[in-house]
Amino acid sequence: MKPTHVQADTARLLADEIAGKFPDARGRFGPYGGRYVPETLIPALDRLEAGIKQYLYSAAFQQEMTQELATWVGRPTALSYARHLSASWGAEVWLKREDLAHTGAHKINNSLGQALLAKRLGAKRVIAETGAGQHGVATAAACARIGLPCIVYMGAVDMERQAPNVGRMKLLGAEVVAVTGGDKTLRAAIDEALRDWVADPTDTYYLLGSALGPHPYPLLVRELQAVIGREARAQMLTQAGGLPNAVFACVGGGSNAIGTFVPFVADESVEIVGVEAGGTSSALGRNAATLVYGRPGVLQGTYSLLLQDDDGQIQETESVSAGLDYPGVGPEHALLMLAGRARYESATDAEALAALAECSRQEGILPAIESAHAFVGAKRWARENPGKRVLITLSGRGDKDMSTLQRTLLGSGAAGASR
Amino acid sequence: MTEQRSKSAEQRPHDRITAAIVAANQRGDTAIVAFLTAGYPKRDQFRAQLMAIGAAADVVEIGVPFTDPMADGMTIQRSSEGALAQGVSLRWLLSELETMQRPPAPLVLMSYLNPLLAFGFEQLPAAARRAGVCGFIVPDLPYDEGEEFRAALAAQGLALIQMVTPVTTPQRLADIAAVSQGFLYAVTMTGTTGKAVAVPAEVTTYLDRVTAVSPVPVCAGFGIRSAAQVSKLQSHVAGVIVGSALVEVLEQGGDPAAFLRSLRSSV
Repeated sequence: MKPTHVQADTARLLADEIAGKFPDARGRFGPYGGRYVPETLIPALDRLEAGIKQYLYSAAFQQEMTQELATWVGRPTALSYARHLSASWGAEVWLKREDLAHTGAHKINNSLGQALLAKRLGAKRVIAETGAGQHGVATAAACARIGLPCIVYMGAVDMERQAPNVGRMKLLGAEVVAVTGGDKTLRAAIDEALRDWVADPTDTYYLLGSALGPHPYPLLVRELQAVIGREARAQMLTQAGGLPNAVFACVGGGSNAIGTFVPFVADESVEIVGVEAGGTSSALGRNAATLVYGRPGVLQGTYSLLLQDDDGQIQETESVSAGLDYPGVGPEHALLMLAGRARYESATDAEALAALAECSRQEGILPAIESAHAFVGAKRWARENPGKRVLITLSGRGDKDMSTLQRTLLGSGAAGASR
Repeated sequence: MTEQRSKSAEQRPHDRITAAIVAANQRGDTAIVAFLTAGYPKRDQFRAQLMAIGAAADVVEIGVPFTDPMADGMTIQRSSEGALAQGVSLRWLLSELETMQRPPAPLVLMSYLNPLLAFGFEQLPAAARRAGVCGFIVPDLPYDEGEEFRAALAAQGLALIQMVTPVTTPQRLADIAAVSQGFLYAVTMTGTTGKAVAVPAEVTTYLDRVTAVSPVPVCAGFGIRSAAQVSKLQSHVAGVIVGSALVEVLEQGGDPAAFLRSLRSSV
């Protein structure tokens, strides 16, 4: 708990992480993780943990999951060689195309898996939070597919900036509840979903959208998202003829990133880099770069790094991307950073928007603003590593961002400037 | 050890909490644990409000505001935001308590974990004791994660008051009851604070089950708003915790002591 605990043996932590020992029996990733929730939720978390052990790795579950991923989600997603970006960056650039997954982002991997689990656990209703709306849409779709009622909590600010996704959720049969308390974004939506769950911990399944929250969610979400990294690694070997020298993914809560990173953790030659939302500046409150600027603390069930003030109050964050606009981060990322296995940097709003425009024009792919942050980091790396090979997880497509893009890139006429 | 036992055993802060509840029961009353959020509605009225509430209640629970009070309903959320907007912090609260004349009722702090972590587990127990605080309630620190903080508080004789709920399993209930000090906080229902709770037989059966295993007095909280509820709970628990309802009285400029006394007026 104390910051002094963080002075752990990093080599040992790394060895344990590579050996798959985290989370441990207490839900810890080294010093991070755990289960900091009201007592009411403990039995529900125990049931979920038991359910994971009973079902997740069973042949029947895996078979159904694989079948649904192949025939409904559209997996494996493609690995694309980014010809023009490679030429202009001077490195070999490969894109893992989670934007091609059903509902337009990696979120569906997790939503589908958890919805299948919820069904087996006898849930009568599913609740979820959403920031950018992608997790909400994915959960609404998965619940429709599986036949479970779905309620999505979404901050009022996010509902406005991601309006098309609100409509999509409703069409998919979900009830969308506007959250007007707190910061009116993802953090407030999680608080409200937790309050709903506390009221009905037995019949309600909380389908958490990122690799954070109390144990066993960071484990569960990682396991369901690791399909990204497993596929990408195999595709790199066959299509590119070898492993990448570096892997990049954007990090908000960190689910697409942890899913990408974990299958590469044992590959010593592969540099692992997460890119957080740098917002408009490095000042507290003007970004969402938790690993870069945060300090250890407990928020929403887990001990990890947080953007907080000296009194331990959680700070509001700022990012052009709703999906990264969160003051915490999954505990396994905090461990990977502590163990020195991954490093984390940030990209500003302006840099991300420029990267989005560049990818769109050069590769014919409009990435989500979230995903564009990873491109910023990869481009910097490429400049310092000419001729090397880099893999970027393109976590989702940018169609949902059109209202923001109308206000920014299209409004200022900057979209064509990158070529 | 011997010195402690002979001289100051009954003065250990967590014993003061238990003693206050037992004293209320001995005079035939259900003990009242009254909750207010520090510095809300008005920061400059905190001292006066604490004195008024502390004169009418048996134990006073002071809420440390937090940005993300996930176990709390609308009233406590609003009070937390209102206090933060006026610059209330744990540091401010402890300094107020340390320098003011304090009410006779023992004080416990309710705080989410992160403000306590930010203050530092090394410094907090001694600072709290200097401020006359007898114990802590930490809604997002379940029993399994609480060992380190429990030990730090115990070194100063302060209580870590544990919570149990209707869905806590029997074995877990016994484990939690065994380590709770001051009193054991029995949450009346699944849900957040503030919504009025009915008192059907299943609630009293649950409370009887908690009382049967608890070595310390049991106080019921969440949704306690009326004398009718208190009288129904009277024979099942040693005390009740009154939070949102009291915060609403303070918001409306009402008399908190009169409200607390009204809860005990047998109908």
